[in-house]
Amino acid sequence: MAVVEAPESPAAAERLDRLEQIWRSRPGLLGWLTTTDHKRVGLLYLWTTLAFFAAGGAESLLIRTQLAQPNSHVVSPSTFDELFSMHGITMIFFFIIPMTTGAFGNYLLPLMIGARDMAFPRMNALSYWIFLASGIFLYTSLGLGMAPNAGWFDYVPLASRAFDPGRNVDFYCLGIIFNSIASTLTAAQFIVTIFKSRAPGMSLNRLPLFCYAQLAAAFGLLFALPPLSADTIFLFLDRNVGTHFFDVALGGKSLLWQHLFWIFGHPEVYILIVPAFGIATSIIPAFTQRKLVAFPLVGIAELLVVFIGFGVWAHHMFATGLPTISLVFFAAATAMVVIPSTIQVFAWCMSFVTGTPQFKTPLLFIAGFIFMFVTGGLTGIMFMAIPFDQQVTDTYFVIAHFHYIIFGAAVFPIFGGLYYWFPKVTGKLYLERPGQLSFWIVFVGTNLLFFPMHIVGLLGMPRRQYTYPDGLGWTSYNLAETIGGFLTAAGILLLLGNLVYSYRKGADAGSDPWHGPTLEWATTSPPPEYNFPVVPKVTSAYANWDRDDREEDRRRLAEGLFVLEQGHEQVEVSAVDARLSDVVPMPHESPWPPLLAASLALVFSMLLLRKFGVAGVMAVLCVLTLVGWHSREPAEQ
Amino acid sequence: MALGASVLLAGCGRTQNALAPESHQSRDIASLFWWMMGGAWIGLGVVVGLLVWSWKRRRRRGFGADTEGPKPGERAGWVVVLGAGVALPIVVLATLFVIADVLVIRTTQAPAKTATRLTIRVIGHQWWWEVRYPGTRAVTANEIHIPVRTPVRVQVTTADVIHSFWVPQLNRKIDAIPERTNVEELYADAPGVYRGQCAEFCGLQHAHMGVYVIADPPAAFHRWLAREGRPAAAPSRALAARGRRLFLGGACSSCHTIRGTGASGEVGPDLTHVAARTTLAALAIPNRRADLARWIANAQHAKPGNQMPDLRLTGSQVGALVAYLQGLR
Repeated sequence: MAVVEAPESPAAAERLDRLEQIWRSRPGLLGWLTTTDHKRVGLLYLWTTLAFFAAGGAESLLIRTQLAQPNSHVVSPSTFDELFSMHGITMIFFFIIPMTTGAFGNYLLPLMIGARDMAFPRMNALSYWIFLASGIFLYTSLGLGMAPNAGWFDYVPLASRAFDPGRNVDFYCLGIIFNSIASTLTAAQFIVTIFKSRAPGMSLNRLPLFCYAQLAAAFGLLFALPPLSADTIFLFLDRNVGTHFFDVALGGKSLLWQHLFWIFGHPEVYILIVPAFGIATSIIPAFTQRKLVAFPLVGIAELLVVFIGFGVWAHHMFATGLPTISLVFFAAATAMVVIPSTIQVFAWCMSFVTGTPQFKTPLLFIAGFIFMFVTGGLTGIMFMAIPFDQQVTDTYFVIAHFHYIIFGAAVFPIFGGLYYWFPKVTGKLYLERPGQLSFWIVFVGTNLLFFPMHIVGLLGMPRRQYTYPDGLGWTSYNLAETIGGFLTAAGILLLLGNLVYSYRKGADAGSDPWHGPTLEWATTSPPPEYNFPVVPKVTSAYANWDRDDREEDRRRLAEGLFVLEQGHEQVEVSAVDARLSDVVPMPHESPWPPLLAASLALVFSMLLLRKFGVAGVMAVLCVLTLVGWHSREPAEQ
Repeated sequence: MALGASVLLAGCGRTQNALAPESHQSRDIASLFWWMMGGAWIGLGVVVGLLVWSWKRRRRRGFGADTEGPKPGERAGWVVVLGAGVALPIVVLATLFVIADVLVIRTTQAPAKTATRLTIRVIGHQWWWEVRYPGTRAVTANEIHIPVRTPVRVQVTTADVIHSFWVPQLNRKIDAIPERTNVEELYADAPGVYRGQCAEFCGLQHAHMGVYVIADPPAAFHRWLAREGRPAAAPSRALAARGRRLFLGGACSSCHTIRGTGASGEVGPDLTHVAARTTLAALAIPNRRADLARWIANAQHAKPGNQMPDLRLTGSQVGALVAYLQGLR
């Protein structure tokens, strides 16, 4: 279909033809089910995470409707508990992580590093299908009226069987474990891809910041998920097998849950926002037309923030009565984690100031993101003041803080990124003025939604209460928040409407409408299945701005260098210097990833029903699927 | 709605405002906040200033001029990043750390054993607070009396799930955790009623788990404590006596204690002096005759999910029970 450039010679045209033959994917639905193309996997992630975003958003609007007025009865107390639990679980595990890594990461990572696909394309497909299956698994609970109801951090003993006898928390445990498998696969995949599949010449100091961010998040996921899995497995065993990890009466500890949860939970915050920083550091150079200020420091800061993030978990537990000496240690670590963030904030701001910013929709969202992130970051610094943290923790002040971070610093860049890469993915331009309008509505809406939460928190309103009395000064702020919530939803609908309309009727975008800095803009829009006609030459982190190198690509195509037209293959490089070390065959499309995900779903369903024997039989099915998977290696041509 | 109106009255005139401190601890925390907020506005102002400045300079040069060749402003950029992004935060954070986590924390952390004369034990339940005064027989619920201007040591724990004890005008919050007893100090500058609430999600009625701390002049407090420690008075009127028989003979006594009678249940609050309290059901409803009657007749209406079952009482039985309980001063 897509042709990269009008080829200058018949030989080049013939090479492109051959590449297209080699990389062509199966047509129709079967093509999507068996795909291993990172772009298709990325789009599958995009549609699925948008569906979960809609679900999580609907839950939040119901919560806000219930809280719009004191003593209201829009939903029952038990429904309210399910709503806020599902809202948190959905937005964190089924929207932001899979959106920034699964959708943006999958689609863009190989394009930015000049690769033809991920290092392990089938594993990549597998992670999507497991993610989808785990999402369906979890949402089944809502349909059955048995949704998780002990909050997204699900403290014991409230979540133990004694106090929560239904299947609600079992859905939580198994859903989280199931989902973690997908995230772990994605993380491992991204790390290997970034280290081994870059275009030769893209040494680590020339790696785009977006990829640094993905690398940091992938390492974060890899080390943060095991404590969460251990925690949820312990809880599942306590509830269903009769172990006593958290059973205080028999020597267990309820605080063990909290420690293990937050050892995952705080790095998780950075896992949510660092890939979004990566989106910001892609958009800023494009729309200020300057290389990012202090590039190496920003790359290091992206990695460092995740690393230090592993040492601050107990600041979620300042009110639990831990000894003062440990509180002080974790407060100091919390202070340290601020520095990599201030480095990045000032690097972004100085790039705005010293560049020539063009405030189109994507850059507006990034400016809004900086405002929101700094606001949320400044209230975050307040939590290192232990006495103040102990005053406002578990109140709406904390809700305000982390929504400024999660909505402001993760979702704003996601929106900016949707606009920014829309021309690349679709080949069409979005409508600029409605785009800017959608930014302003979302910006005003979220601030109206989240800012008053600081105030009601200080006025003493605890989080997670299904209703509140009048007369404590909370009423008008809550109403304002609800109005802000619906305004935000309207802005998001305008954004999506803009993109849908532009997809159908938008103007032709060409391959590089923004004069973008990184390699994805060096290929056509949408990119061909093989991404690049030749393995691109890379001599800097802003490869698309190196005109001589792009000239060299055209010469390579004409001369047949680095085209890899002999087979379904891509290059492999040394991890640090990106010296060409090998050309490796790539697997073809495969039905095994969705089949393995389906058999895993059966295992988890049987575990939920406490049919452990049947679950064991289903596990054998998984093994058989794996045997099938490995019985046919990618055909070498 | 009647329920709405009564809840409104229960909350009326009280506040949970953390920035309206009534103790030296809470005042320290509040001033810490005001200083931090001032700093935060300055920080946000600097960042917004930079963004607005860049917006004003947006037409400075042709779009696309800077992508190749030397990077203008790179040196200035590095200076700002290292100065405002590294050096300045280190100074500010170190200062904040010392003030908050070395100095202020001394007054808000658990007091030394010898620092206080009075110890109170607060035990969280789904969804109410049990209050005990060790060394006396006094047991009450949801309303904690303390002497004014006296450091009081509060031991906090739980009978079931994790709760968090929090009276913002007096001190920070402290979690009630099954495997431990946490301690914090309560101190009130002036006589008054200070509203608090469970701050850790603890199930269906987390929203209705309020608590009052009532600071009295020391003499009044000791009178209250002495009376609270006495057993319940025997009813004098016939209706109340019928209520007492119903209470002891029916389901009530299996969950509630009334000292001086055979009722010794431990599921619900001690009712020995229930009529002396201002609210019922952990501040969910005011303690008035009509509200008490509605509560006994159907406790699931005002606070659905709470542990008090529907006892299927007749109107006259409810009337007798109300007469009895209202006499327990």
